[in-house]
Amino acid sequence: MSAGELAVGTAAAVAHTRTLSEQLPALQVVIPLLGAVLCALVRKGTLAWALALAVTWVMPVIALALLWRVQASGPISYAMGGWAPPWGIEYRIDALSAFVLLLVSGVAAAMLPFARKSIASEIDGDKQSWFYTMFLLCLTGLLGITITGDAFNAFVFLEISSLSTYVMIALGSDRRALLAAYQYLIMGTIGATLYVIGIGFLYTLTGTLNLADIATRLATLGFSPPMLTALSFLIIGISLKLALFPLHVWLPGAYAYAPSFATAFLAATATKVAVYLLVRFLYSVFSLTTLSEPLPVFDLLLALSIAGMLGASIVAVFQDDVKRLLAYSSVAQIGYIMLGVSLANGPGLTGGLVHLANHAVTKAALFLAVGAAYYRLRTVQEMASMTSLKITDLAGLGRQMPWTLAVFTLGGLSIIGVPGTAGFISKWYLALGALEKGWWWVVVVIMASSLIAVVYIGRVIEIAWFREPAGPLREAGRPHPSMIFSMALFGFAIVFFGLDTSWTAKLAVSAANMLLGLGQ
Amino acid sequence: MTIALTPVLQEFVAHYNQWITIFLMVAGLYIVIAKDNMIKKLVGLSLFQTSVYLLYISPGKILGGTAPILDERFTVYSNPLPHVLILTAIVVGVATLALGLALVVRINEAFGTIEEDEIFERELGE
Repeated sequence: MSAGELAVGTAAAVAHTRTLSEQLPALQVVIPLLGAVLCALVRKGTLAWALALAVTWVMPVIALALLWRVQASGPISYAMGGWAPPWGIEYRIDALSAFVLLLVSGVAAAMLPFARKSIASEIDGDKQSWFYTMFLLCLTGLLGITITGDAFNAFVFLEISSLSTYVMIALGSDRRALLAAYQYLIMGTIGATLYVIGIGFLYTLTGTLNLADIATRLATLGFSPPMLTALSFLIIGISLKLALFPLHVWLPGAYAYAPSFATAFLAATATKVAVYLLVRFLYSVFSLTTLSEPLPVFDLLLALSIAGMLGASIVAVFQDDVKRLLAYSSVAQIGYIMLGVSLANGPGLTGGLVHLANHAVTKAALFLAVGAAYYRLRTVQEMASMTSLKITDLAGLGRQMPWTLAVFTLGGLSIIGVPGTAGFISKWYLALGALEKGWWWVVVVIMASSLIAVVYIGRVIEIAWFREPAGPLREAGRPHPSMIFSMALFGFAIVFFGLDTSWTAKLAVSAANMLLGLGQ
Repeated sequence: MTIALTPVLQEFVAHYNQWITIFLMVAGLYIVIAKDNMIKKLVGLSLFQTSVYLLYISPGKILGGTAPILDERFTVYSNPLPHVLILTAIVVGVATLALGLALVVRINEAFGTIEEDEIFERELGE
């Protein structure tokens, strides 16, 4: 082969790799979608799991590559199918969406090793591959919402993720899982429909569906009543999906009765992506100035998040079911995230965004630890028909499964916000944001909510570490190594993100600065 | 014979499509909230979604406009994009309704009733 031929060959190879890297935004969504179809065809639980594992482990790699490109050369715009935006559907990745993409795909990848044993014990053999199909569809939807720059496309992805979520919840072993799934279907569909009504108003107002295009046209239009109508529909619709305090009623049932793995996945990702969508509309589509004057959006969100932080935490104290307790805790933690969003200043928004990541790893660790305990207890003969886990069932867990409970304790400390854990970083930024506004009373509320968290987490930890193990638990063995592996990853993440903020906080700061127009 | 309408009434009649949209929207949402029967709730939900189809389609129609055909003889045509969007929304609506009905079948098998109040009464009694 001559030197010339070699050069041509290398050039062709370079051109080839470049086209592949240019297609990364599409691959981020298309790979899990195809994986879902394959899983549906496989019909064997373990094989479907292996397939899902392969797909979810590719996802963070793509997300990292996209993040790297965004940091190196600014936002990426990808014209789906070659149709130029704003007419075609645009996939748009900026500092915020790259951050959320990495979060969702990373959490899914770290969590999936846990799934095999847990799902095999909770779902009948022939339905397991359907579960993985739904899981991958849900992942497709969540990544799609994050990556798309088109308002209607986001609705379609929202419904893809929601419909698959309803199925995952309905596969829970308790018959009440069916009720929870039905209730969530009703509430979720109302939420999505309100969202699409809001988009309808924006479309008739501006004649475009591209988010960036809507933003520029709204800015030239100035304030008008239909704009306010659109904003109200969008906020209420998305708030239903993200379970903002009075609209959270679907969440405790859904989290309590879904299969353990599904609960952990949904708690860590689904509500976070809905928050992303709301942030996108509040900060990128509607400009801050048009918002604050005619409608006190941020004041309203502030009041609701504070009500959630206190109200849901107090309700959590009185729960007997462990998963339900953690579910109410999730509602309270969403309150923290929305508090940051409604503070609308640099440190506050950073706190809200960094809490997306910190709460995701924290709640994943907690729900996985509970799932592992549940899995082991069900292997004991007399407990095989149990469908929910009471706090008293955990008595003496510390002696039987020290590692599982260690991860749970780490998660609990992070929820409380102890320094050295991820939760502390979020609360630090939130407090800074509140103080920058001179709202010291918000800091008091953060402290109060943390103290209530000490009570409900403390209840579980006291029973699990210090009580004598009851009969069934003595016979329960150690969780499977694949479960320990996933839990250890999240336990490590809690401490790592609590000590080294160069990943989470730095990404959140650059996303917040971009949203507030402060520059990098 | 022409009927003289007051300006307010004229305004009302001219926007009859919007009034139908609002009526369907509110009626659907009311059924979802007020009914205990799970099938009736799904009917309400479908009505609610249908109102959105009208919300999108009617502003896209131009009176006297044709279908969007590239031809010199036609210059005024209706906007095709809302139709495409709503085709997608209809598919989503059908999928939601199908899943909802499937869940109701399973609930009926598991609980023996599809009245929400009866189920909650029983579950709380346990």
